[in-house]
Amino acid sequence: MNKAFVQNSFEATDDGVAPGEVLLAVENVTLSFGGVRAIGGVSFDVIKGEIRAIIGPNGAGKTSMLNVINGFYTPQIGTIWFRGAERISMKPHEAVGQGIARTFQNVALFKGMSTLDNIMAGRSVMMKRGLGWQMLWQGPALREEIEHREKVEEIIEFLEIQHIRRTPVGKLPYGLQKRVELGRALAMEPSILLLDEPMAGMNLEEKEDMSRFIIDVNQQRGTTIALIEHDMGVVMDLSDRVVVLDYGKKIADGTPDEVKSNQDVIDAYLGVSH
Amino acid sequence: MLYRIAGQFKTNYRADHALFPVRQDAVLLAVILICALVVFPLTASEFTFQALLIPVLIYSLAALGLNILTGYAGQLSLGTGAFMGVGAYACYKLITIFPEMNLLVAIGLSGFFSAAVGMAFGLPSLRIKGFYLAIATLAAQFFLVWLFEKWAWLYNYNASGAIQVPTIDMFGIRVAGPTASSIVQYYFVLLVVGLMTFFAINITRGHIGRSWKAVRDMDIAAELVGINLLRSKLIAFGVSSYIVGVSGALFVFMWRGAAEPNLFDIPLSFRVLFIAIIGGLGSVMGNYLGAILIVALPVVLNIVPEALGLDINAATLEHLNIMIIGALIVTVLIVEPHGLARFWAIIREKLIIWPFPH
Repeated sequence: MNKAFVQNSFEATDDGVAPGEVLLAVENVTLSFGGVRAIGGVSFDVIKGEIRAIIGPNGAGKTSMLNVINGFYTPQIGTIWFRGAERISMKPHEAVGQGIARTFQNVALFKGMSTLDNIMAGRSVMMKRGLGWQMLWQGPALREEIEHREKVEEIIEFLEIQHIRRTPVGKLPYGLQKRVELGRALAMEPSILLLDEPMAGMNLEEKEDMSRFIIDVNQQRGTTIALIEHDMGVVMDLSDRVVVLDYGKKIADGTPDEVKSNQDVIDAYLGVSH
Repeated sequence: MLYRIAGQFKTNYRADHALFPVRQDAVLLAVILICALVVFPLTASEFTFQALLIPVLIYSLAALGLNILTGYAGQLSLGTGAFMGVGAYACYKLITIFPEMNLLVAIGLSGFFSAAVGMAFGLPSLRIKGFYLAIATLAAQFFLVWLFEKWAWLYNYNASGAIQVPTIDMFGIRVAGPTASSIVQYYFVLLVVGLMTFFAINITRGHIGRSWKAVRDMDIAAELVGINLLRSKLIAFGVSSYIVGVSGALFVFMWRGAAEPNLFDIPLSFRVLFIAIIGGLGSVMGNYLGAILIVALPVVLNIVPEALGLDINAATLEHLNIMIIGALIVTVLIVEPHGLARFWAIIREKLIIWPFPH
């Protein structure tokens, strides 16, 4: 692929968790909206360095689960352990500082901005120079901008989107928008990357590309990935372990092969006569 | 033909982040600056200064301030006129309390007062969005104008209730007051507007500007890339109101000479908003184009018939003027809803690839 990428950039994010240990653990999480119980007492963990898939039929609570993990919802019951510490409660914008990045089911890019600016926006948290230096666009502010630009260019090269660097993302086709969104998430240098249906609505070729990118991110950079996906072929090939939700409950957890042969999972997907 | 990017290679990111990555743009700006600094002052009459050059610059600056809030950060505001008023009254108080103060410093400081007021009225922006926020800023508009009228301390217990610009000298040159010469005021305004524009361009292209645009385009996603919405919006309100306040101080001290509270009433807010919208939201240059269309064109249209030797009575001329400007605004918005600045962007794109269509 590209050498520069492999050599210098993506050292595994240092988050104080050794490979093979638990990076994120969700314990007995319950989330209700009024009378609707979206998630009811779900527990599972994500081990550092793995690709963990969350699957389930529509309305099973998968996206709600991601929203709980990155602080968008606070569960009524249950605890979340991340990087070895219990998380009390957190505002969504603090998630990035903790090392959680995510992409969205429906593309949530900044439509009026170019690809470059979108990915640069992913590094907002790391850019500290205040208004004074920004106004002058000299010295520290310019140095900081260029430093981050270099990192962003590495991501652009990795995702092979050099040709659309200056294009406003609103004008891009869907598959490329998904790729830019992945780029923006990567720019945050997360220790865990949450992908909400990264391949929804893509054709076969785009799916293959995206799968390749996900595997590369995981292997070269050591980023832990939790993904939601409906394409079972992709899920079974990509993921190390799979957790299956149905009606807000966990019905199976294990390797793809275990999950595939689990009777509850088959029932949930195919339906059974009650 | 002339406008080509071919052959201009950037070998480092510093060059790519330059203010004018395309050399021809820098040349164009140089031409405009020479016009603004040398040609206009040498050729302009008293009337041209007072009716065209100075007001266009001041309105551009006010629109620039509003554009940062509305065009970049996506927060609609209808309180611009009142924030200009805060700048003007703050400057007036500073000058009357400290008569020795340099006017440039006083104007710079007065912006902080309007920035503080703007941020206070920007606090609700975290909870309310769009038109509802516009109504909240409308409250600022009415409240502040009421305050200018009722709080006699602001106008030094003047019997007229208006503020009158005193005669002010700076480095031995008369810069404000009834006896100040237009050319000096023009240069003063040009200096302040130029500086503010430079700062605004730099802020909008850095990470603060990106966070504003992110909030504008999709606030939930902005939050999840780690942007603190309240902070980002408040900075936008602060920077925007600062610039608006400075333009308000210039408005009174460099142009009007005196001001009553109702000068800062809602028609002024709308006028600045129109300039920003017609010029192009989310663009710095658009404010200048918009100000030329809204502020300068009516003045020019007023003198055209006379110059052509046509005899039209004043009332008819006034009505014709309003109709022509109105029609132009509607046409511009239909043809290009993104404003005049987008026209320039399209022209640039086409020029670069000319004579080929793609």
